Amino acid sequence: MDKKYTIALSGLNAIDSPGPGVAVARGLKEAKSFNARLIGLIYESLEPGVYMPDLFDKIYQIPYPSAGIDVLKARLEYINEKEDLDLIIPNFDAELFSFMKLESVLKRMGISTFLPTIEQFEERHKINLPEFGEKYDINVPASKAIFNASELNQLVSEFEFPMVIKGKFYDAYIAHSMDQAHIFFQKINTKWGLPIVVQKFVQGDEYNVTGLGDGNGNTIAAVPMRKQYITDKGKAWGGISIDNKELIKLTEHFISQTKWRGGFELELMRTKDGKFHLIEINPRMPAWIYLAVGVGQNIPEALTKLAMGENVIPFDKYDVGKMFVRYAYDMIVDLNDYQTISTTGEL
Amino acid sequence: MQINKNIAISDNGFLFNPSTGESYNLNTTGTELLKLIKEGKSLKEITTIFLEKYETSDIIIEKDYQDFVKILDQYNLTEEAES
Repeated sequence: MDKKYTIALSGLNAIDSPGPGVAVARGLKEAKSFNARLIGLIYESLEPGVYMPDLFDKIYQIPYPSAGIDVLKARLEYINEKEDLDLIIPNFDAELFSFMKLESVLKRMGISTFLPTIEQFEERHKINLPEFGEKYDINVPASKAIFNASELNQLVSEFEFPMVIKGKFYDAYIAHSMDQAHIFFQKINTKWGLPIVVQKFVQGDEYNVTGLGDGNGNTIAAVPMRKQYITDKGKAWGGISIDNKELIKLTEHFISQTKWRGGFELELMRTKDGKFHLIEINPRMPAWIYLAVGVGQNIPEALTKLAMGENVIPFDKYDVGKMFVRYAYDMIVDLNDYQTISTTGEL
Repeated sequence: MQINKNIAISDNGFLFNPSTGESYNLNTTGTELLKLIKEGKSLKEITTIFLEKYETSDIIIEKDYQDFVKILDQYNLTEEAES
């Protein structure tokens, strides 16, 4: 392999509600068509990926999205001067908008990205999911974005209890009473701000699909998975790849209709009548992306090639009945490393 | 009635439905019965096999067979036989 890419990526928080960065990094390190030199972009000194030198050659702290795009741009210029980046793969929903806004600036700096367009990002947003479902003829549960807790009272007649209270980026709680609904509204508002999304509760089994669209309506990769073990935060701690034609068809429909560019995850519920309901679309690769790598579709590698303008042949198969089982692992870390990243913002 | 073609069953009675990701554990008799159904054996043929092998009656076999098939139906593990 002659090709070498220096790739910066975020989402190194491999915690109980994990970011996808470490899993994406594993996929990139296992790429067969290029050698990847990986640069970790972090927000917090204790993101576990910081202390994984086998995966990441260098770590840089970057400013929170709330600091603004200019501050992020300045930091990325600094990092690029040192590392000569080929590509950035942002893995947090909350930071994607900033990176999409900086796309052309980054391009001028010689850094590629492969992200959805701002229009794609906005229209699939959980705030806009009902309109999205109608526009693309996809079955989605009723939901409404609200800005005031008093609106909860009006929604009861429409949705009934239980109802799902969701943050605009993260967090979702099932409320069984008005008291709970108000508590969850305040809790999410404090953490993620407004609006809060109230969604009709759909009882069923949870399924997910991760995939990759080339931006021209073509499906490059698609792997469906059934969650087998779900944590109290609703995260998959175990899952299995499945052979479900309906999910693949739905994914291809989603990509061809939206001309989706980049990695994504579809979150679905399958009700007793066998119908799939699209609950959410995450505009980036999921934390379980390494399952896709393990079953034969290295999505991080394919995404990198698309970003670098290489030709990518769409995957047409994957292993069915392969599982991932996540685990927690205690690393022993030298205080010097923690001290260095905490004080200098680099390691 | 026949078992969905893509259902996989191991010798130790682990059944996996690849389209839903659901899995089930069967006991020895269930494993044997499911394999016979999958092979396309009729109730009459299954009854003959079981009567030779176990101390039971054709009434009990038929009742257990019907109960078993009902459960398979509930879990969407069956499909209509091709005509």
